[in-house]
Amino acid sequence: MIQVIDYKAGNLTSVLKALRYLGAETHVTQSPEDIRGASKIVLPGVGHFQATQLLGDFGLTEAVRESVAKGAWFLGICVGLQWLFEGSTEAPSTAGLEHFAGMCERFPALYNGAELKSPHVGWNSLEGVRADSKLLRGIDDGGFVYYTHSWRAPVSEATAATTNYGGAFTAVVERENVMGVQFHPEKSAAVGMRVLKNFVEL
Amino acid sequence: MLTKRIIACLDVRDGRVVKGVQFVDIVDAGDPAELAHRHAAAGADEIVLLDITATHEGRGTLLDTVKRAAAELFVPFTVGGGIRSAEDAAAVFDAGADKVSINSSAIARPELIGEIGRSFGAQAVIVAIDARQAVGSADPVGDAEVYVAGGRKPTGRKVVEWAREAEGRGAGEILLTSMDTDGMRSGFDCELTARVSEAVQIPVIASGGAGSAAHFVDVFGRGKADAALAASIFHFGVTDSRELKRELRRAGVSVRLPC
Repeated sequence: MIQVIDYKAGNLTSVLKALRYLGAETHVTQSPEDIRGASKIVLPGVGHFQATQLLGDFGLTEAVRESVAKGAWFLGICVGLQWLFEGSTEAPSTAGLEHFAGMCERFPALYNGAELKSPHVGWNSLEGVRADSKLLRGIDDGGFVYYTHSWRAPVSEATAATTNYGGAFTAVVERENVMGVQFHPEKSAAVGMRVLKNFVEL
Repeated sequence: MLTKRIIACLDVRDGRVVKGVQFVDIVDAGDPAELAHRHAAAGADEIVLLDITATHEGRGTLLDTVKRAAAELFVPFTVGGGIRSAEDAAAVFDAGADKVSINSSAIARPELIGEIGRSFGAQAVIVAIDARQAVGSADPVGDAEVYVAGGRKPTGRKVVEWAREAEGRGAGEILLTSMDTDGMRSGFDCELTARVSEAVQIPVIASGGAGSAAHFVDVFGRGKADAALAASIFHFGVTDSRELKRELRRAGVSVRLPC
C-alpha cells in the first residue's frame, strides 16, 4: 500500500492514475497516523512551494521524518522533491523537511549572457544517471522527461541525475530510502512510468 | 537539452474529432480518445483537445471524452473550448486534464487567468490567442489583432500587448494561432510568432499552417517557438510525430527521440 499525501497541490489525480495503472494499491491521506504506519509514501505536487506549509500545519512533516527514519520508502514529485531540501526562495518562511542540504532557487534570468526563459517547460534529458540509483534502474543518460517549474534544487552528493537548463540542477535526488524527482513521471511517457514502476516494486 | 515540443491537436465537435480549413470547413476524423492515444503512441510530446461544440449536450459529452482520453494518457494533456469560469476549469481538471486553454473568456474577463492559476498553478493555464495580421498597416505584424468567437469577431486588441498582459496575469504558456495560415498547410506565421516569443518570458506554442517538416524547422528557428501544434498534418496520415521528429533532428532541431 502506497500512502499518497493530499495537500491540495495539483497533480494528485494524475499521479494516482499512473500508480494504479501500474497495479499499485494506493490510499490518499492527510493523516499523520497513516504516514507513521506507512511503508511507502508519495508526495506529489505542482505549483507554489507555499502549499507545503499545510504539511507542517497538519503535523505531516514530523510524521514523515519519523517514518523515513524507520525506513519507509519516500518519493517526492516536483514541489515534493523541493520540499526534501531546506526550503525555497519561493516561500522563504516555509521550511522544507531539511533531509537534504541546500535551498531551492529560481532559474536565473540570464545564463551565459543569453536570456533564459522561465518557467522551464517541456521535455529535457537526464544526465549523469547514478549507476546505483534504485529509482532510475533501467534508465540511461539521455532519457527524456517532462518538466514544468521555475524553481530548482541544487546539485549535491545525493543527486542521482541532473538536467541542464541554465546550468545543471538536481533532476533526481536519492539517498537510501528517500527519493525525489523534479520532473513529472506521471506525464513522462515510458521513462516516467519506468521510474514509478521502480518505486512501486521497491 | 530542452527540446522543442510537437503537440498534436484534436479539434472536437459533439464528441468527434473534426478539422476545419481557415476555421470553416469541417471534416470528420475520428474518436478523440482513440486519436489521443494513437498520437501519444506515435511520439507526440503533448496532446491538446479543443472543443468547438456549440450545444449544451455537447458540453456533457466533452467531459466524458476528456475522461476517456485521459484514462491511460501519460503525456501532458490540455483541454480548451468553452471554459468560462474557474468552476468550468475545475470540472475539466477533475476529468483528467493537466492544463486548460482559455481564449474568448480570457479576453472577456482577464481576471479568469489569475483565478484558475491560483487554484491550479500558472503551469495549468494556457492563454490561446487567435490572431490575424493587420492588412494595410505600416506594421502588419506589430499591429496584428486578436480575434474571438472561433475567429469570427475582431476585438481591437493587439496580439503582442495581449500576450504580455496574459503573462502578467499569470498565464503559463501562450498558444498562438494564426488565422491567416490556419489549415492552409503552407507554413506557420513565423514573423508573428517570433514577435510574441520575444515579448514574453513564458513558452509560446505556434499553431496554424503546418504542412511539412520544413515548416516546423522554420517556426522553431526563425519563429522562435518553444513548441508547435499540428492537427490535419497527422490526421490524414501525412506523417506522424516520430517521423516528423526524425526529420527535425536531421535538420538540427533538438527533439525528444527516441519517443
